[in-house]
Amino acid sequence: MVSKSKLGVHSKKYHISKRTNQLSPSGIRKFFDLLASIEGVISLGVGEPDYATPWHIVESAIESLEKGQTMYTSNLGMPELRQELARYLQHHYDLQYDPNTELLITVGVSEALDLAMRAILDPGEEVIMPDPHYVAYDACVILAGGKAVTVPTYEEDSFELSAADVEACITDKTRAILIGYPANPTGAVMSREKIAEIAEVARHYGLLVISDEIYAKLVYGVEHTCVAALPDMKEHTILLGGFSKAYAMTGWRIGYAAAPKEIIAAMTKIHQYTMMCAPTMAQVAALEALRSGEESAAEMVEDYGRRRLVMVKGLCDIGLSCFEPKGAFYAFPSIKKTGMTSEEFAEALLKEEKVAVVPGSAFGDCGEGYVRCCYATSMADIEEALTRIKRFVSRHQRS
Amino acid sequence: MLNDILKILENDARTTPKQIAEMTGMSQAEVSRLIKQALKDRTILKYKAIVNWDQVEDEHVWALIEVKLTPQKDVGFDSVAERIYRFPQTRTVYLVSGTYDLFVLVVGKSNHEIADFVSQKLSHIEGVNETVTQFVLKRYKEDGEIVEGKEEVKRQPVIL
Repeated sequence: MVSKSKLGVHSKKYHISKRTNQLSPSGIRKFFDLLASIEGVISLGVGEPDYATPWHIVESAIESLEKGQTMYTSNLGMPELRQELARYLQHHYDLQYDPNTELLITVGVSEALDLAMRAILDPGEEVIMPDPHYVAYDACVILAGGKAVTVPTYEEDSFELSAADVEACITDKTRAILIGYPANPTGAVMSREKIAEIAEVARHYGLLVISDEIYAKLVYGVEHTCVAALPDMKEHTILLGGFSKAYAMTGWRIGYAAAPKEIIAAMTKIHQYTMMCAPTMAQVAALEALRSGEESAAEMVEDYGRRRLVMVKGLCDIGLSCFEPKGAFYAFPSIKKTGMTSEEFAEALLKEEKVAVVPGSAFGDCGEGYVRCCYATSMADIEEALTRIKRFVSRHQRS
Repeated sequence: MLNDILKILENDARTTPKQIAEMTGMSQAEVSRLIKQALKDRTILKYKAIVNWDQVEDEHVWALIEVKLTPQKDVGFDSVAERIYRFPQTRTVYLVSGTYDLFVLVVGKSNHEIADFVSQKLSHIEGVNETVTQFVLKRYKEDGEIVEGKEEVKRQPVIL
């Protein structure tokens, strides 16, 4: 009989690479486990639309399966999809990308980010990124052997990244600046001026800007600025985008990278050995989304816009100060007045009122004192969650 | 601005002016004023529920009736249409292009009642030439709402 310890449950029998061990163990694991044990939770902790994918997009994928379109595509992705994507980028940002050499279809922005890091970093090289930031940013840098250098951003500045602060972090090992606006977790959007200043720094020091623009379509009352479309920035930018958030396609896992051809060639090399190609049916669906998804996307954004106002006003009325998030579908209120840490707040709120929010500390040190509340959920749930949070906060207000 | 309010109400007629004000950033007084005006000028016709009658023991029979008309002098189709839509059994009446002129949706308690309506009332109206009655066997979607089998899709409760 094999004993439990022989299975290695608590032993150090299996060697795990240093690189993997370097990844933060995600203190939030405990919170996830707690969450799984409680029934009837209203979750503001999600990171995806509450809509199903628009039916015309789903239908196009079903049809492709029925027709037997079930083989690999070219490593770069289906030519029609790359052509349509080139048209899309031209139409929206006046950007010219060659669909044969400058575009790569990936398994979500997640893969594109990983490829970008592995393609450009040598061991010990540095990537500058804002704090707080999406959880995969530093992880991908570390997995590629690089070092993540974080630049604090603050609520007072609407969580915009300051070019001067970025410049102060540049060393001879710096290779790139990684940004993602509209931002997860803050909902911040960078103004055109502020992002142009970052671009200027990148150009001046010969750095790449890796710009995760997955939330590009989700902006409210402001325009999204595409980094690659700023003057002379195309050759300094790896633009990452996808379909998940705007077209409610998270589960399809489909995204893209647009970059100078030498970089796309390098990323494609890794992609062809690790992924071969993005799933074919998801590529078909993405093509349909680009061709005729604009209207469904706009309707969803309009609806998120309404919920955003309700969420932000509700949080402010409760007394949790919340800067106005102009993009994505997150509000990032300060919970400092309760005297709790983000994790304590999230855990107590879950236990006492069955509302799930994500502790801001999961996204970096500057996220401490904040929680992420996603408003991509039904209006009824938002209102009920706000009622419960209000009760919770008035109980825990520090006198 | 009125359009925003109408979209919200069309999706959920119970949304209160206070909620609409929060959702749109308009003042509650302005929302209330626009709704009042919309009701007055019949931009909003009525607030009602979409009922799935199959869930209750109350037999309802639905029929789609295609009606061919002879236009009446001076008044065209409108007066014939009016004589038809005045009957409370008619739920929807449209003038349509194609092989027939009026599309009439009728609800009754039994096949018999609908047969009576068609043979005793509808076909006797002056200007009605021909009718084709089609009984509804199953309602899949009603006024934009899936009637049966709409499943809640479960999302992961927390995703970073």
